Amino acid sequence: MKYEVVMGLETHVELETKSKIFCSCGGHSEADQPNDCVCPACCGMPGMLPVTNKHAVELAVKAGIMLNCHINQYATFDKKSYYYPDLPCAYQITQWFHPICTDGYVEVPTKYGTSRIGIKQIHMEEDAGKLVHDDWADVSYVDFNRTSVPLIEIVSRPDFRSAEEVLNYLEKLKAMFRFGGISECEEGAMRCDVNISICPEGSEELGVRSEIKNMSSLTAIERAIKYEVARHIDALERHTETLVQETRRWDDIKNRTFAMRNKETAADYRYFPDPNLMPIVVDDEWLASIREHMPATIEEKTAEYTDMGLSAQDIASLVSERKLCDIFDAVVADGRKPGDTAAWILTDCAGILRRSGKVIGELNIAPDDLSYIIGAVDEGKINRNVGKKVLSAVIEKGVSPEQYIKEQALDAKVDESLLLETVQKVLATETKAVGDYLGGKTKALQSLFGSCMKALRGKGDPAVIRELLEKEIEKLR
Amino acid sequence: MEYFVTEIDRDGTVAVDDTILIKDYETKAGSHILDGFVPLFSGDAVERLLGAGYAVRGKTHTGEFGLDIAGETSYHGVCRKADGTLSTAAAEAVAAGVVRQALCVDVNGAPRRGAALSGVDFLKPTYGTVSRYGIIPTACSGEQVGVCAGDAESVKELLAVIAGHDGKDGTSLPAASYDYTADKTIAGLKIAVVQEYYDAAADEIKARLDAYIASLKEADAEVTMISLPDAKAYATAWQIMLSAETCNNISRYDGVKFGYRTPTYKDIDELYVNSRTEGLGFTAKANVLYGSDVLSKNQYLRCYDKSLRIRRLASEKMKEVFAAYDAVLCPVMRTASVEAYDTADTFERTQQELLFTAVPSLTGIPAMVTGGVQLWSAAFGESTLLSIAKAMEGRADK
Repeated sequence: MKYEVVMGLETHVELETKSKIFCSCGGHSEADQPNDCVCPACCGMPGMLPVTNKHAVELAVKAGIMLNCHINQYATFDKKSYYYPDLPCAYQITQWFHPICTDGYVEVPTKYGTSRIGIKQIHMEEDAGKLVHDDWADVSYVDFNRTSVPLIEIVSRPDFRSAEEVLNYLEKLKAMFRFGGISECEEGAMRCDVNISICPEGSEELGVRSEIKNMSSLTAIERAIKYEVARHIDALERHTETLVQETRRWDDIKNRTFAMRNKETAADYRYFPDPNLMPIVVDDEWLASIREHMPATIEEKTAEYTDMGLSAQDIASLVSERKLCDIFDAVVADGRKPGDTAAWILTDCAGILRRSGKVIGELNIAPDDLSYIIGAVDEGKINRNVGKKVLSAVIEKGVSPEQYIKEQALDAKVDESLLLETVQKVLATETKAVGDYLGGKTKALQSLFGSCMKALRGKGDPAVIRELLEKEIEKLR
Repeated sequence: MEYFVTEIDRDGTVAVDDTILIKDYETKAGSHILDGFVPLFSGDAVERLLGAGYAVRGKTHTGEFGLDIAGETSYHGVCRKADGTLSTAAAEAVAAGVVRQALCVDVNGAPRRGAALSGVDFLKPTYGTVSRYGIIPTACSGEQVGVCAGDAESVKELLAVIAGHDGKDGTSLPAASYDYTADKTIAGLKIAVVQEYYDAAADEIKARLDAYIASLKEADAEVTMISLPDAKAYATAWQIMLSAETCNNISRYDGVKFGYRTPTYKDIDELYVNSRTEGLGFTAKANVLYGSDVLSKNQYLRCYDKSLRIRRLASEKMKEVFAAYDAVLCPVMRTASVEAYDTADTFERTQQELLFTAVPSLTGIPAMVTGGVQLWSAAFGESTLLSIAKAMEGRADK
């Protein structure tokens, strides 16, 4: 018999804010030690009161706009009660009654075309802390660095029919959120619960549903889905077990799912509106201003760069990282040619980073500095090779390009007579290479050219030097 | 007489009850479960006091989380008057002249009842005028820091110091400060007496109200009997919210992070259960059970959600009343004295007393106890209450 798989996703995404959602503690990702990024508020000390981080609300609204959602201009924060040692107040602040965004959709590419996945809602909530178990000492420690980090939970409709759709959906969200500055979506910053059921193809009746909790890697999600589908089919066809509606967890080492203890899942969360937080009112003016400042989408950027005449490959590389687009846009806005700028970023910068084992996504250069170097080369102030040298100093040592050129006396505008003098000196000393060249080995000229450049320490226009060299060596025939 | 759970400065003229945090001083809120909890910061009201040059004499005993009638459920000691009856430690310290004024958190009316029992004044201001930052939270939607003092002028003086916007409290109102006066003219004021509350009071309290009404009339105020047919529903609604929010707020005392931890446990569940069983008193536990129930999936719509609706209806009703009257006069408790009891009875009796104090907590309007009676006004009507109290105190002195 053929079966249809029906899945829905709940995806948690960490928002990229400077501080936590209800207090002013900084970004936990920079914390070196457990409990570095904590204050009385996120530790749940009595007497503290939460105050909403407006930027988090803006990011959640932006995510909603990206996913074509209705933005609820009246939203509430609600308390969800349960006991767990990583939850300092024994309640989590979430949105239960009035979430910030509802009823959207996202289009996901698949083998068979585009699928439209419905979004039931997006709500905001605070993250919990982390437990660290020391099995040797039989002790558990609590780390509150992550407590109160702002999250959005994106609840999809049960519109997924294959693991491929699920993975493409998650990839799409990740690309959108990274590009839109919503979330870095780093390892662990995007976590997923999958609701899954199976029914005979064409059947109106849905099968028994199981929920696989809290997975953070795409491969785990894919394997867990495949495992669950097989388990459900076995149960239906070979009666290996009776399916019950339950919550399961994926064990990546044992490569299977396990039912979670009923106690962990049967809690009554006793939701009620948090009296300490006034309802969020996104008035028309605020909403309009958020809409006006929406970051460009990948599609919009791609179209913009195509119009500038960039190659499809360069465009794909640039839009893979929001940061690269920001640098590129700023340099082009400063008057540099788009094609040149793309080459400087994607070839030269990338090459320099590669030398120290880094990838282009780690590029950290002030657009002004890059623009200055490109400009200096364009104006003939320095040659392109010197430009590269300056660029690596800027990237690796963080120097100012203008000052570096001055200090190292790299200015290309040197006296013609100095060039001639250097060429003649090289020709006079490297007699073997000169002889080789005159004897017909034209490749020897390259070595002579190299010696001239070395003697000039990179100064001078290479084209002029080469021309001089060719003229002078001919004189020796 | 033991007023203080912690003494701070013998020269201080102000007391602060033990539900308000003072940096570096153990804060227990009358509960065993907070034993050893030393806060890292002070309440905003305390900061304002200290900033204005006041010194704090000490932290007064309070009933466990301020949930009882008048301090009788404190784990750390109750405050008895000379006749052996009970009052709150803060009110007694003011009455005895140990301090001039005291700050108390009013969540279910205990400081108001204490003031009546000790014969001093207490004003719970409009919700949002005094920051709730740095108080042990119970029912956040109604709790307010109020001022206890011997007379209306002293109440006014300290209230002006602690009121004003605080960015650390999301429910703090925007006004930076408030101008209070106790010198408004009383003649011509329209004062309503609520039939339902009057009828529910014992004879001794009725007599006290009658005398107060007579004085008001002598001062040319106009006194009218009105009816609040839903008075009981308002009290029930506040009881539901009070228990639900308190249950939620005190669930953080689990033996894991601070305060009391049971010495006997095998695993995390036992650690929670034993710490809380040993650390919480009867009334707190009753509130936890009651609060959990009204928030449960099965009861939420019937209880908590309905209470939110009743809160709105009560607010609308009070607006209607204050469109016609300047103040409401009513009893603050059924009788003129209470005995110390800490039994299953307490929760029920506290609920009964809530009839008289619930509306200001539920709707956020100010309430003042003076001369053993209670006055309410519209939001921000503190000056009206202070003026009536001062005028009546002046007459009593003559």
